[in-house]
Amino acid sequence: MSSVIYERLRRNPKFDELVQKRGSFARTLAAIVLIIFYGFFMLVAFNPKVLGQPIAEGSMWAIGYTVEMGMFVFFWILTFIYVRRANGEFDDLTAEIIKEAQKETK
Amino acid sequence: MIKRFTTALALLAFSGMAAAAGPALQGDIQTQPTNWHAIIMFLIFVTMTMGITYWAAGRTKTSSDFYTAGGGITGFQNGLAIAGDYMSAATLLGLTAMTFSRGYDAYIYMMAFFAGWPIILFLMAERLRNLGRFTFSDITSYRLDPSVRTMAALSSLVVVVFYLIAQMVGAGQLIKLLFGLEYNIAIFVVGVLMMVYVTVGGMVATTWVQIIKACLLLFGGTLVLILGFSQFGFSLTTLLEKATAVHKQGASLMAPGSLLSDPVTALSLGLGLMFGTAGLPHILMRFFTVGNAKEARKSVLYASGFVGFFFNVIFLMGLVAILLVGQNPEYFEGGDIKGALIGGGNMVAMHLAHAVGGNMLLGFLAAVAFATILAVVSGLALAGASAIAHDIYARVIRKGECSDKEEIKVSRMATIALGILAIILGIAFEKQNIAFMVGLAFGVAAAANFPVLILSMYWKGLTTRGALWGGYGGVISAVMFVVLSKAVWVDVLHNAAPLFPYTQPALFAMPIAFFLAYVFSVSDSSARASKERDAFEDQYVRAQTGFGASGASH
Repeated sequence: MSSVIYERLRRNPKFDELVQKRGSFARTLAAIVLIIFYGFFMLVAFNPKVLGQPIAEGSMWAIGYTVEMGMFVFFWILTFIYVRRANGEFDDLTAEIIKEAQKETK
Repeated sequence: MIKRFTTALALLAFSGMAAAAGPALQGDIQTQPTNWHAIIMFLIFVTMTMGITYWAAGRTKTSSDFYTAGGGITGFQNGLAIAGDYMSAATLLGLTAMTFSRGYDAYIYMMAFFAGWPIILFLMAERLRNLGRFTFSDITSYRLDPSVRTMAALSSLVVVVFYLIAQMVGAGQLIKLLFGLEYNIAIFVVGVLMMVYVTVGGMVATTWVQIIKACLLLFGGTLVLILGFSQFGFSLTTLLEKATAVHKQGASLMAPGSLLSDPVTALSLGLGLMFGTAGLPHILMRFFTVGNAKEARKSVLYASGFVGFFFNVIFLMGLVAILLVGQNPEYFEGGDIKGALIGGGNMVAMHLAHAVGGNMLLGFLAAVAFATILAVVSGLALAGASAIAHDIYARVIRKGECSDKEEIKVSRMATIALGILAIILGIAFEKQNIAFMVGLAFGVAAAANFPVLILSMYWKGLTTRGALWGGYGGVISAVMFVVLSKAVWVDVLHNAAPLFPYTQPALFAMPIAFFLAYVFSVSDSSARASKERDAFEDQYVRAQTGFGASGASH
């Protein structure tokens, strides 16, 4: 029974729109995190000296510490951005698709 | 009946503590004098959580209540609970100690622990919630043969058992240190309390224990930091200046040190911690306790917020401790600040609590550490019990023909069995070097659970044959790499040199698992395989829309 509904959900052009939009959004954000994270680890592995330098002449703040603190904040902001858009725009679209598929049953 | 049991247990715990005080004082020098502030505060915690367990027992009627609190946990509550599961006593004590001795290296570790969360959110949270019911094996075996479920359940159990042993041994040593309680009694108290929380209150109780503990931990850590930081006028610049001036590493305190000097280890650690998190059964299970994908996403948002905040608090605590503990002879053996810390290296956070808030705050933080262990082992036990009762018993052995009541009964028995096993293994491993166990748990999670889970959600081509090869290949290679590495081959088995030169298995074991899963899937031309590939379409629609997801439709 559910197979029929799944078929109907999939046929809805809005389904492709949802998958495409949300998928590329999630992939972009994931790529940003992975690139920054592994870029940072590459720096730790291959050029740790840079991270120990102060951000400005005479400052106590090392580049590594400052950058990493920024990463904590930035990654969290990305999760906030994703949750906002997914729980708003994408979930509204999902609800529409499900509603339309169920309407066809009647 | 439960009430009577609770009282008896409290008495048991109490008399056990009192009895331990005698010999502990003269015997082992590592054991601290009985810490009454800590014991009283811990008893308050136990009484409170027992009350909650009693209340939760009334709300635990179906297997869905037992495993996932009926899907009735909100995103915020679940976020706190996930953060609680993730912030173990080892995090609080180990990472402050690491900051204290190695400075910036500890902060790099914290980033590796943290960065898994956004990835889990973007790539997994929604699909996990939409496809799973009680365990992550529900997802890997969604369109595949039950043998895949058995495989996933077994690798879950491997992760749970190793993690449990590490927690139990750590618990015994910590409690001995903080409470002046004998090791065996400490293990026994932890094991028994865990069994009560889980068997009586199921996921509802386990979640609330976790939430309360997470709040206490966040509050305690922040309070210690504020009190300590205020001595430096809340100026990070002043703190950094003074800490680098006195620390033996000097100016390189805030630069990457020896810990990650080898590129392969650094990368492997990054991979293992990031994807290991995404393969821990007790963390994955939390995604099924919320009602829908919306709440699942919110859980990660809150959890990562708390975890990220707490890591930064811990790092600053470590820096403050360099000055307030590291420069105070009171906390060193024989009053020599160049010597060893009283109670060992892991006591930094506790000494700091004492330095800024006296015995009262020390007692509070010690009680929080005990509560933390209790909450984490409860979550692990529940994840293990669900793998045994739901996956192996109800689904594979009984082929789904098993009543709800029976399944819960088996879960409770499985919890008790795991509790007894944890007590026995905890005692057996007391004198062993168990540093490799957490690494092993994360290694298996990253190399066995994660590859099969992510492929089953994203790749149409995955077949039963591929999943079995990938899963078992991942477990075996992760275990092999750890056994042949220095941590086991040299430190435990006393061989001269490790056969595998790196400490972290993920960089090598993960590609093996993915490769095996890929090769044995694409070469699978059986009729079953083509049926499995066809079944992906429906699974895909459900993963995307949440239509038909358990908990969402009713």
